[in-house]
Amino acid sequence: MELFEYSQAASTEAAVKSGSATGARFIAGGTTLVDLMKLGVETPQRVVDVNSLAGKVPGIDTVDVTPEGGLRIGALVRNADLAHHQTVASHYAVLSQALLSGASAQLRNMATTGGNLLQRTRCVYFRDTAFPCNKREPGSGCPAIGGVNRMMAILGTSDQCIATNPSDMNVALTALEATIHIQGAKGERAVPIHEFFLLPGTTPHKENVLEPGELITFVTLAKPAAGTRSVYLKLRDRASYEFALSSAAVVAQVEGKRLKNVRIAMGGVGTRPWRMVEAEHVLEGHEVEDGNLRKAAEAALRAAKPQSENGFKVELAKRCLVHAVKQLVELA
Amino acid sequence: MAGVAETAMESVIGKPVPRVDGPLKVSGTARYTSDHNLEGMLYAVPVCATIAKGRIRSLNVAAAESVRGVKAVYHRENIGKVFRTAPAMGFSLMSDERRPPFEDDVIRYWGQYVAVVVAETFQQAQAGAAAVQVSYDAEPHDVSTELALPAGESLREESKRGDVAAAFASAPVKIDATYVTPAETHNPIELHASVAAWDGQSFTLYETSQAVWNQREVLAQMLGVPLDNVRVISRFLGSGFGGKLWPWPHSVLAAVAARKLNRPVKLVVSRRMMFQNVGHRPLTQQRVRVSAKADGTLLSLDHEALNHTAILDDFSEGCGEATGYLYSVPNVRIASALVRRNVGSATAMRGPGAVPGLYATESAMDELAVALKMDPVALRLKNEPKLDESLGLPFSSRHMVECLQVGAEKFGWARRTPQVGSMKADGKTLGWGVAVASWIAARFDCEAKVELRADGSARVACGTQDVGTGTYTVLAQVVADKAGVPLDRVEVVLGDTTLPPGPISGGSMVTSSMIPAVGDATRQAIETVLLAATSSKTGPFAGKKRGEVEFANGRVQLKGDASSGVGFGEVLAAQNLSVATGSGKSGATFGAKPTVSQHSFGAQFVEVTWQPEIARLRVSRVVTVIDAGRVLNLRAGRNQIEGAVMMGVGMAMFEQTEYDHKTGATINNSLADYLMTTHADAPSVDVTFLDYPDLTLNEYGARGIGEIGLAGVAPAITAAVYHATGVRVRRLPIRIEDLLANQKLA
Ligand SMILES: Cc1cc2nc3c(=O)[nH]c(=O)nc-3n(C[C@H](O)[C@H](O)[C@H](O)COP(=O)(O)OP(=O)(O)OC[C@H]3O[C@@H](n4cnc5c(N)ncnc54)[C@H](O)[C@@H]3O)c2cc1C
Repeated sequence: MELFEYSQAASTEAAVKSGSATGARFIAGGTTLVDLMKLGVETPQRVVDVNSLAGKVPGIDTVDVTPEGGLRIGALVRNADLAHHQTVASHYAVLSQALLSGASAQLRNMATTGGNLLQRTRCVYFRDTAFPCNKREPGSGCPAIGGVNRMMAILGTSDQCIATNPSDMNVALTALEATIHIQGAKGERAVPIHEFFLLPGTTPHKENVLEPGELITFVTLAKPAAGTRSVYLKLRDRASYEFALSSAAVVAQVEGKRLKNVRIAMGGVGTRPWRMVEAEHVLEGHEVEDGNLRKAAEAALRAAKPQSENGFKVELAKRCLVHAVKQLVELA
Repeated sequence: MAGVAETAMESVIGKPVPRVDGPLKVSGTARYTSDHNLEGMLYAVPVCATIAKGRIRSLNVAAAESVRGVKAVYHRENIGKVFRTAPAMGFSLMSDERRPPFEDDVIRYWGQYVAVVVAETFQQAQAGAAAVQVSYDAEPHDVSTELALPAGESLREESKRGDVAAAFASAPVKIDATYVTPAETHNPIELHASVAAWDGQSFTLYETSQAVWNQREVLAQMLGVPLDNVRVISRFLGSGFGGKLWPWPHSVLAAVAARKLNRPVKLVVSRRMMFQNVGHRPLTQQRVRVSAKADGTLLSLDHEALNHTAILDDFSEGCGEATGYLYSVPNVRIASALVRRNVGSATAMRGPGAVPGLYATESAMDELAVALKMDPVALRLKNEPKLDESLGLPFSSRHMVECLQVGAEKFGWARRTPQVGSMKADGKTLGWGVAVASWIAARFDCEAKVELRADGSARVACGTQDVGTGTYTVLAQVVADKAGVPLDRVEVVLGDTTLPPGPISGGSMVTSSMIPAVGDATRQAIETVLLAATSSKTGPFAGKKRGEVEFANGRVQLKGDASSGVGFGEVLAAQNLSVATGSGKSGATFGAKPTVSQHSFGAQFVEVTWQPEIARLRVSRVVTVIDAGRVLNLRAGRNQIEGAVMMGVGMAMFEQTEYDHKTGATINNSLADYLMTTHADAPSVDVTFLDYPDLTLNEYGARGIGEIGLAGVAPAITAAVYHATGVRVRRLPIRIEDLLANQKLA
């Protein structure tokens, strides 16, 4: 770890100001940032602690019902608190399940909503400075292509980067069509989650639309329509404390076996949380049965481009999607 | 020994007594190696090579030397003389990476130490290490996980009886299959560490060592000082699994730096380095050819094993360890060879040889049972040998049949239907599998000293170690039993070369090795008490002859008269004696010519659940029956077996050190990326000890239980997986992609 300056933010404005300085990083739970600093992957010159905003910025560390009946989640709300929040557990089950399937109890006690949104990839090459990595050092190369890539993405990859977005929470938030609220030097803005994350393309180091110094303040969720159910299914190599090989978040209004307003997002397969719009179209307004489920799964993975070691993810993801929808309509 | 009455008090032997060191550990007051902080101590951080083969072209330390707090940067040109160890006589001077650090500028594996930075703080040393600039002339390396016999080399035959080739050729039923186990990394929670101090003449080395005496011998030679000038201390270990048996280069680096700078130096190996610099279980590739008559009678067993080894070191895994004596087979051949790779040195990992070996041979037995359409338990019972056919000697104590029968009964094996995928429960497919286990039983040399003290307490000292398995507790139990002292009044001192030489904590042999020595030492101390009692002119036994008194339940008494008893403490105190001492010494059977075949046995029954619709495989239930002699401490014993089963689940399902083929790096080098069994993966485990004493080994009949529990778990799991899915996994670990292959979406 290298020497850095540490400060605590007194207000969102102050946080944005200090966060805009060169080489500055916010720290919330620290479970991503400190880990990467120890590995020498992150070498911030300044670390701006935003935990001090709790109590100073109303709602930044609480979960509140909005006037419209939706939910406003503060950026500093811990993953564990969010998962166990009564309204979340009952009305946004997919979010609660996704959070609880991630990391470990200790990590969830530290990790925050804002930090989880921005957690970095688990690509082993990104995490080891002995290797080149286009995400870490643009233009240096990608050893994951043709290397150890079993965990890597099969959707949204480029010839510069094949790393997944590893978050479970982000998959659930994508299916819930969350809005990210951002405070910047020029004021506030709100970005729908499907516009928040960027594809790697030729700029894998740019993972989202945040500008230097911009601070995530809240995440908002719309009020679920009547009869909405949701589910999160995570498939992985072991039963806990492991990232997804494939995961699916499904949100829909369920009438018998018929689905309305279906929203499906998948994790473990994409370079960002992956919304399965075509699969949604296949299922929208129909009764769920094996035929259209399989068709939906095929549609979802049509663009999949496996790497040398992860061809199995295509089939695994299909089963994941099918089973998650079946769980939603209580067929499984 | 005459004069010692049978203990009437309830013995602590065999009881599930809690760890005597438990309170220290749960309160965080047990001092592990890296907890030692000496006055004026510096910190060392090694610099690791970032190629797997080639030469160092240049090494620039200027930037590192100018990092604040950096005291020195050592490398090939300024480390000075570091020696090799002389050829060893017998079982001594053990080390797996024999090349002294920085001996030449050749790089033979990724991560090899090329320099070490010493600084005032750990952070400064790290910053210094990051600032060392090394350039290399890289050459093409080889870390391929496909092993082939090197051109011009042939397999070395380790054991042979009959004619396997002829028997196999003419056999009616046969299996010929190759099984692969990956490189596995020992991942004890406690990182390897050295804290070295030099006083101008002698070294005191706090080490994470499973063998302090060997560590001392090797370090003394490598550092070029007399043996007497090295003291090695290893009081508590956060486990080692074999990885801490022999010295590794970091210990030498810490000691050299301490001597050069004349200040204590601490070096803690990082988790990443744990994957490179301190050993691993090597990749094995084993071809097994087994054949039988149609009724299941075995005809031949041919076991060929390759394992990878480092460029300079010849580490043979010894996969054929259990192959020769497990079954009655007229024709057997065991052969092996090494295949060089650009990897760090391999070393022993829990159950070396037998554990990967049994994965191969027991898998082949399961395949044979399928080919014979025979129940796999019945196949094994049918081929139970009457004696150890590899040695032509009787077994000291073998109850394999009972292991299988008791296990089958507890597991409910009779309900098994053999067809693949035929068993269901709660919407899941069940798979049931079985495999047997075996592990060597033997003793190492051991010396011990016992003191019976005037305050009624006892002390036992032995230069062995407690890896975390319960050695402190078991030693206390033996002394408590022999001397009639309450367990909590027995002080146990281990892990220091100033104590009498003790056995290595390896091979599951500490318990069996220390019983005779500690027993004799205690008896000698008791005899001293009796002599003191009767030679006195005053006190309760004044004027009595030695033959008129005896020792029972911690008391000296007139023969047969418990009412005359006086506590040994009082007897000593009455004569102004502080202590009565005894010492004991017992010899090794390990390495000696055997007169009887001594082994432990076991059977592993496994249930897996399989959900093809989500490709989810879980190990749900394990019944394990162990025949490991008499178990001295049921709680510690059960703990060893349960832990070993968890490790077996890891071996079958998760563990694998992955080499990046382009660079040769061990790429999944963290506890997040190298998967091991978590609590959520843990099956329910039912452990049974048959508890037949093996009195050929020691007076309690105790063998060892540290490793046997891991043997047989992986092949029982892959057998269960076959039963559930129809997929035979011959390359560990079992992965989702193996199970997805040739499976239709359910
Ligand atoms: C061993 C391990 C296993 C894990 N397993 C899983 C898993 O299975 N599934 C899963 O989803 N996750 C997993 N995680 C990741 C974990 O969820 C994240 O580390 C955590 O959510 C990050 O939150 P944090 O508050 O600690 O972030 P920090 O480390 O504090 O910050 C992360 C990043 O976000 C930035 N940041 C933080 N807050 C803000 C803000 N308000 N505005 C702008 N920028 C901000 C920081 O500058 C930093 O770059 C695992 C982590 C570890 C270490």
